[in-house]
Amino acid sequence: MTERREKPFLDPPEESGPFFDAAREHKLLVQRCTSCGKHQFYPRKVCIACGSTDVEWVEASGKGTVHTFTVVHRGIPGWVEDGPYVAAVIDLEEGVRMTSNVVDCPREDVKVGMPVEVTFVEEGKYVLPRFRPVA
Amino acid sequence: MNHQVLKDAFERTRLVGAAVSDYPLTPDMTELDHHVVGIRNALDDAGLKLTDVDGLLTASGGGPMGSMGLAEYLGIRPRYVDGTSVGGSSFVYHAARAALAVGSGLCEVAVVAMGQLGRSGGNRGYRFRGRGGGPGFGSFFWDSLAGLPLVGAYAMAAQRHMHEFGTTSEDLAQIAVATRFHASMNPKAQYQDPITVDDVLSARWVAEPLHLLDCCVVSDGGGAYVITTAERARDLPKPAARLLGYGERIGHAGIGQMPDFTQTVAADSGPAAFEMAGLKPGDIDCAQLYDSFTITVLLLLEDLGFCPKGEGGRFLREALRLGGPLPINTDGGGLSACHPGMRGMFLVIEALRQIRGEGDPRTVVRPGGVDTCLVHGVGGQLSSHATLILGKDQ
Repeated sequence: MTERREKPFLDPPEESGPFFDAAREHKLLVQRCTSCGKHQFYPRKVCIACGSTDVEWVEASGKGTVHTFTVVHRGIPGWVEDGPYVAAVIDLEEGVRMTSNVVDCPREDVKVGMPVEVTFVEEGKYVLPRFRPVA
Repeated sequence: MNHQVLKDAFERTRLVGAAVSDYPLTPDMTELDHHVVGIRNALDDAGLKLTDVDGLLTASGGGPMGSMGLAEYLGIRPRYVDGTSVGGSSFVYHAARAALAVGSGLCEVAVVAMGQLGRSGGNRGYRFRGRGGGPGFGSFFWDSLAGLPLVGAYAMAAQRHMHEFGTTSEDLAQIAVATRFHASMNPKAQYQDPITVDDVLSARWVAEPLHLLDCCVVSDGGGAYVITTAERARDLPKPAARLLGYGERIGHAGIGQMPDFTQTVAADSGPAAFEMAGLKPGDIDCAQLYDSFTITVLLLLEDLGFCPKGEGGRFLREALRLGGPLPINTDGGGLSACHPGMRGMFLVIEALRQIRGEGDPRTVVRPGGVDTCLVHGVGGQLSSHATLILGKDQ
């Protein structure tokens, strides 16, 4: 019997602290530029739309659609032991994209364009946003 | 876009030699050995000596601090070095940098070298960056939170292409089949047994919609090529190749930041290279396209303008084999022959072979060599792109 390995996780980039703090309270944060108003993800200390360094955290609606996805069968120790899983890129309502997993859904039923909503799952040292089909 | 500086440099320089060190499995060689043997073989091919070399470029190095360690080990003191490191495409980027350096007189004989033990080194090709702990960076970090392996990144591009354009797994399989056909005539290729579309479709999933045979092999390998002045090239024993056009572009790093999953920045680097060369896609006799995965080739055929966006599936059913209108990856590619991790080097080596028309007559596009060969390198996750058009030195 193979030993169950833990999922390997990197330490978070320094500027991402508020994102993970909020996730523990089941809130999904993205950034918004206070100069041009554009949202962005992943978090940075600079707005990639206008170059301003005045970016703030705002709560996202948590609703979006599946932009694309893959069912991963082989890959990363710690991840594959529980069987194939769905990695996906989600288009959030705020106009930003987030790479995540689609959960609470048979993997055969995942489709591009499928409406999804955020749910939060404890993974190792993180609580992470995952996405499930809209009920 | 003004390419005049690069164009002038290309006018004054030639690709005069290229050779592999060895591949696909070399348990008795180090990565440094691959650089050293590759350089010796490429210099032999060019008719030059190590003492002629005064420019050194590498992204792998085989020793400490890239080209510095390699230079010391070779016992040379280069006047010009470059370590541009943007993944598998790096060794195509190096061609333009070497030609700029030689063309502007910064050095006279520039060698570009590469060696990697993707198989024997215990590094199974691309390593998942989340394995070892430590702080993450940008998209690589955020994508890793979803357990996304490298193949998954390419699979997501394939999935979106299928959604938007109706591309099928059969379409992608055609690329693997044509590449294996070429590998079947390359006695060094890691896999040489011909395969069918059904073989690809019945192979196990790695990351849907990519099957095992949609993915590159994991190899050891290396090689080198030599660029020197046009004057010096005239006295060398073998035919040289001209550098006709070049373009490069960085799109993103991790796939999560790719703006359009069905279009790479080859759509920028390609037209830049064609404009500089004064050529159109239809003028190209053969192409060496980075084939990390079958979807990579499909996207490149579209983005470089060999067929309209979305029509790659239809196009490649006929075109890609030796004897077809656009033979690609005539050495068996990364899908079947050799992919140590950063394959760009092998694209340039194979391009020079096709321009000279050297080797097994079954495996050359045209006896006596082709007039034009396009090389396109891809690094990262469809991220860094370089297009290089090479031509016969008439």
